[in-house]
Amino acid sequence: MSDVEEAITRVHHEEWARVVAALTRRFGDLDIAEEAAAEAFATAVERWRADGVPPNPGAWLTTTANHKAVDRIRRETKRDDKHKEALMTHDAQSEPLGVIDDDRLRLIFTCCHPALAVESRLALTLRMVGGLTMPEIARAFLVAESAMGQRITRAKAKIKAAGIPYRLPSAEDLPERVTGVLAVLYLVFNEGYLATGPDTDPVRQDLTAEAIRLTRLIRALLPDNGEAAGLLALMLLIEARRPARVSSTGELVSLAEQDRGSWTTELITEGHHLVRERLATGVPPGRYQILAAINAVHTSARDMRDTDWSQVLALYNQLIRVDPSPIVHLNRAIAVAEVDGPDVALAAVDRLEPTLTGYHAYHVTRADLLRRLGRSRDARTAYDQAIALAGNTAETAYLIRRRDQLA
Amino acid sequence: MRYLVSVIDDKENPGSTDRQPFISEFNDRLIAEGYWVFAGGLADTDAATVVDSRGEQVVISDGPFVESKEYLAGVWVWECPDLDVALKLATEASKACDRKIEVRPFQ
Repeated sequence: MSDVEEAITRVHHEEWARVVAALTRRFGDLDIAEEAAAEAFATAVERWRADGVPPNPGAWLTTTANHKAVDRIRRETKRDDKHKEALMTHDAQSEPLGVIDDDRLRLIFTCCHPALAVESRLALTLRMVGGLTMPEIARAFLVAESAMGQRITRAKAKIKAAGIPYRLPSAEDLPERVTGVLAVLYLVFNEGYLATGPDTDPVRQDLTAEAIRLTRLIRALLPDNGEAAGLLALMLLIEARRPARVSSTGELVSLAEQDRGSWTTELITEGHHLVRERLATGVPPGRYQILAAINAVHTSARDMRDTDWSQVLALYNQLIRVDPSPIVHLNRAIAVAEVDGPDVALAAVDRLEPTLTGYHAYHVTRADLLRRLGRSRDARTAYDQAIALAGNTAETAYLIRRRDQLA
Repeated sequence: MRYLVSVIDDKENPGSTDRQPFISEFNDRLIAEGYWVFAGGLADTDAATVVDSRGEQVVISDGPFVESKEYLAGVWVWECPDLDVALKLATEASKACDRKIEVRPFQ
């Protein structure tokens, strides 16, 4: 990659959200902002190759995008005066005090608004805040480009028609709205970390990296929010294990069998630092902070036996108090197996059958416990069910090997 | 912006019938704070009549245009600065009427 191309990629990462956010603020229209930002970056690719990168690329892009937006509005207002009227109604509103005022934060809250469908929130956030192209987003969620384009167009139309505001939520609504934003970022991360579909890579590093980048942004914009720090720590501590996660033969490698020497030390250090920082505040932790703490215990251990399982179990007990979902109970059972034995864990897992019977991880966990209890025939049935439900190619390969190794 | 706020009831699992004092109190607030444009409760869907005069003959038929378990029980029209304000009011409205609420913008 040439220096100019590298600079463009870097500036795109750093400035895209800022340019879209500033334009949305000025023109009150996501469509105009998105299109003008895309045009400005396309112009940059041409001009910077010829003239070199300007001294302040961010300012250059914002100015260029502003011109593009004004040109478009001039063209459109000739056709449609009502549109012009709509553009004028987005005056800056008074903001609650004590919340950091950044246009990018407004943009994120708008894209993750609870009145939008979850898949629209994901797609809009990746497009408007992440700057991913439509084909990239379509590929990320394994849908046709045209379908993804329609989804984003519909979401933008709803924002406009329903009056979804471009402003920070009230202080009273903020915690819940931040939770919504973090949930979107966690979904992006998880899709990257355990990608579904027969034709995708088992781990989509583009998505995990994007989720981490956007979570870093949220963390920087809301430095006092414990859950933003917690989610960032959680992602870092999971991402750190990525090099050990898929074997050379394309099989998922379980935590017990991973080569811990290949874990990324810098990410672990940063993740542990964040977890300690949150512990030091003494503020009761939320879901992501507890999950991060659990992953901190795992990433502190030299091997599976060295893991402080009683600490992991204590953290799961704490997690159940804030998030008593069946999936948390399922993950807790894995720690129970290490502390109290697989028979106790299996009894706990079996109680989850009615709600989790369609979830592949339920059968994966059962299969493993049954195998450890020497119940090969039952384990085989459970592996079969897990294989039928698993969507990740590397996980399927791992489960097939495990099943075929049964006595 | 102007929003049509629909109160949705369920024939099989109707909301409680003692809500009028709460709704009146909520309406007073809507008026005092400048959101209120219009409000009205609707008679049962059995009382509805459908008229279709798109063809040569006028067709008048008994009953609602669509039979469903869930139905429109009443409407408000609110004037709000944006959807967040409307959703916040709708949260209170749902409690006041003990029913689901749909918020839909006018064009």
